[in-house]
Amino acid sequence: MGIRSFVTTELSLTEFPELGRTDLRNLKKGIDEAFKGFTRNYGEGIEDLFIPLLRFLVWFEKLMLATPWPLMIVILCALVYAGARNWVLVVGTATVLLVAGYLGMWEDMMKTLSIISVSTLICIVFGIPFGIMMSKSNRTQAIVTPILDIMQTVPSFVYLIPIVMLLGIGRVPGLMAVCIYAIPPVVRLTNLGIRLVDKDVLEAADAFGASSRQKLFTVQIPLALPTIFAGINQTIMMALAMVVVAALIGVQGLGGEVLKAVNNQYLALGLFNGIAILSIAIVFDRVSQQFGKRLQKHSEVIHG
Amino acid sequence: MADNSIDVKGLYKIFGSNGKKYIEAVQNGMSKDELNAKHGHVLGLKNINITMPSAKIQVIMGLSGSGKSTMIRHINRLIAPTVGEVMFQGVDVCKMSETDLREFRRHKTAMVFQKFALLPHRTVVKNALYGLELQGIDKKEAEERARHWLQRVGLDGFEDRYPNELSGGMQQRVGLARALTNDADILLMDEAFSALDPLIRTDMQAMLLELQEELHKTVVFITHDLDEALRLGDRIAILRDGAVIQQGTGQEIVLNPADAYIADFVKEVNRGRVIRVDTIMETAENGTATVSIPSGSRLENVAKLLSDSGETLANVVDDKGITIGAVSMRSTIEAMVTPAKH
Ligand SMILES: Nc1ncnc2c1ncn2[C@@H]1O[C@H](COP(=O)(O)OP(=O)(O)O)[C@@H](O)[C@H]1O
Ligand SMILES: [Mg+2]
Repeated sequence: MGIRSFVTTELSLTEFPELGRTDLRNLKKGIDEAFKGFTRNYGEGIEDLFIPLLRFLVWFEKLMLATPWPLMIVILCALVYAGARNWVLVVGTATVLLVAGYLGMWEDMMKTLSIISVSTLICIVFGIPFGIMMSKSNRTQAIVTPILDIMQTVPSFVYLIPIVMLLGIGRVPGLMAVCIYAIPPVVRLTNLGIRLVDKDVLEAADAFGASSRQKLFTVQIPLALPTIFAGINQTIMMALAMVVVAALIGVQGLGGEVLKAVNNQYLALGLFNGIAILSIAIVFDRVSQQFGKRLQKHSEVIHG
Repeated sequence: MADNSIDVKGLYKIFGSNGKKYIEAVQNGMSKDELNAKHGHVLGLKNINITMPSAKIQVIMGLSGSGKSTMIRHINRLIAPTVGEVMFQGVDVCKMSETDLREFRRHKTAMVFQKFALLPHRTVVKNALYGLELQGIDKKEAEERARHWLQRVGLDGFEDRYPNELSGGMQQRVGLARALTNDADILLMDEAFSALDPLIRTDMQAMLLELQEELHKTVVFITHDLDEALRLGDRIAILRDGAVIQQGTGQEIVLNPADAYIADFVKEVNRGRVIRVDTIMETAENGTATVSIPSGSRLENVAKLLSDSGETLANVVDDKGITIGAVSMRSTIEAMVTPAKH
C-alpha cells in the first residue's frame, strides 16, 4: 500500500509533477507585479532618458519627409553610387523609388528608411566598440557570446513585452526592439575581424613602438574593416527583417502597411509593401557588399 | 661616434606558464627534451652571451627552430626573457618601463621581417613612413623622409602602389625602407631575405652592404644560410637548440669549427670568399713580387690577380701602400680547397 500511494500521488509518470495551480499563478503574478512596480517607479525616468533619441528620430523622419522628392532621389542615388560605384545599382535604386512613390508608398518608404538608418547607426555606434572590447579579452568574449546568442534566438515577441511595459508604444520601443535583434552581427564580426588580424603585421606595429591605441587605429580596425562591414551588412538585413514586428508596437512605415494588410486581408497592399521592403533590402545589401569588396581590394597579402 | 653595441648577458628564455621555476634545473643541465617532457615548458634560449659590435653586422645563424627569432626579439623585447640582460647604451632593455620601451622601439630600433609584415591597406609611401607616424612626426616631413629612403632602395615610381601589387623582392625593399626611414641605431633583420629568390636575394645583400658602408648601423641579421652569414657578417654567432655553440668572424669559424656539427656546416663553403690574405701570407719575403694586393683581400681576389697577371707571387700591402708580406699562388690554392680531414 505504501508503494502504491507513493507512485500515484507523488510520482506519476503520465502526469507531470507541476507546481500547484495557485502557486504557479502567484509566481507569475509576483514577477508581473515586481516588473510593474519597477515600471511605476522608474519607467518615467527611463522614458525621459530616451527623449533625446526620440527627438532625433522624429527630426530625422521629418527631414526625410520634408525633403522634396526629386532631391531625395538624387541624394539616395548619390549615396548608392558613393558606396557601390555601380551605375546599374543607381538606376535600380531610382526605379524602385519612383515606382514606390507612384504606387503611393513614398511616405511609408521614407519612414522605414529613416528608422532603418537610425537603428543601423545606433547598432554601429554601440556595436563596434563592444566588439573591440570583446576582442581584447577572452573572458569578455566568453560572457558576451551567449548573450548575443540569446538576443538572436529568443523570439522577439518575448522581449517586446517588457519593452512595451516600460516604454509604451511608439518609435523608441520599436527602435529598441530592432536594435536588440540587429546588433549581434556587427558585434560578433568586429570581434572576429580584430582577432583574425595578421599576427605578423601586429608584431611589426609593436616593433615600431605602436601604443595599443595606435595599433587599434592603424592596424586592427583597418584590417578588420572588411569583416566589420560584413557584420554591418547583416545588421542592416536583420533590422529590415524586424520592420513588420516593430510595426506591432507602433513604428510606422512599410511594416505598418503590411500589418494592416494582414489584419484586413488586403492582398495587393501587402504585396506592394512587401516588395518595397524587399527592394530596400536588395539595394542595401548590394551597396554594402560592393563597398566591403572595395575595402578588401588591398587586404589580401600576396607573397612572391 | 656613439657606442651602439648591444650586450646580451646570461639570457635564458623558457616558454610556458611558469618559466622562472625551471631556470635552476636548466642551469644545472636539464635538456630541452627533458624540460618539455617533464614540465611541459619549452627551452627557447640557454645562457646566451653575445657582444654585438657597434656599427657592424652581427649575424645569428642556426637551423630552423634553433631559437634565432626568439633571440632577435629579445633585443627590442617583443619577447621578454626569463632571466638575463640586454644592455644598450648603459640601459637594460629588459628592465625598461612600458613607456621607455615604446620610446626605445620608436627611436633606437627598426625591424625587417621574414614575411615582410607590411600594412596591406597602405600605399608604399604610407608604409615607409609608419615609424615616423607613430613617433608623431609631421606628415609632410615624414613623407619627405620616406620618399628619400624609398628612392635609396630603388623604389621610386612605386610610392603610390599597394604592397600586393609588388613582387616579393620589392615588398621587402619597402620593408627595408620602412626600417631605414626610422633612422634608428639598431637594425634588426629576422631572415629578411630568406623568402626571396636567390638572384634577388643576392641583390638585396649587396644593397644592404652598400647602405651599411655609409650608415654604420648596428645590424643584427638572422639567417639559416651560411653563405649569407659569411657574406654579410662582421661577426657570426651560431645557435643550436637555443645555445650559442660558436661565435667569431666568418673566417675564424670556417678555419676552426668548434665541433663536428659546425665542421659539417662549413665544409661546403667557398673558402676563397671567406679567408683573407692576411691569414696565409708570409711576412719574411719582401719586394720580389711585381704585383700587390691590399691587406684584408679575400683569397679569390688574390687568385684572380695572380692568374690574370701570370705571376706566382704577390705582395700584400697595408692601406698606406707599405708591403707587409707576400703570398704565393700555391699557398692561395691550398687554402682555398677544403682540407681533407673534414
Ligand atoms: N611562444 C612560444 N611558445 C612556446 N614555444 C615557442 C614559442 N616561440 C618559439 N618557441 C619554440 O622555441 C624554439 C625556437 O623557435 P624560434 O626562435 O622561432 O626558432 P628559429 O627562428 O630559429 O626558427 C622552437 O622550438 C619553438 O618551438
Ligand atoms: Mg625564425
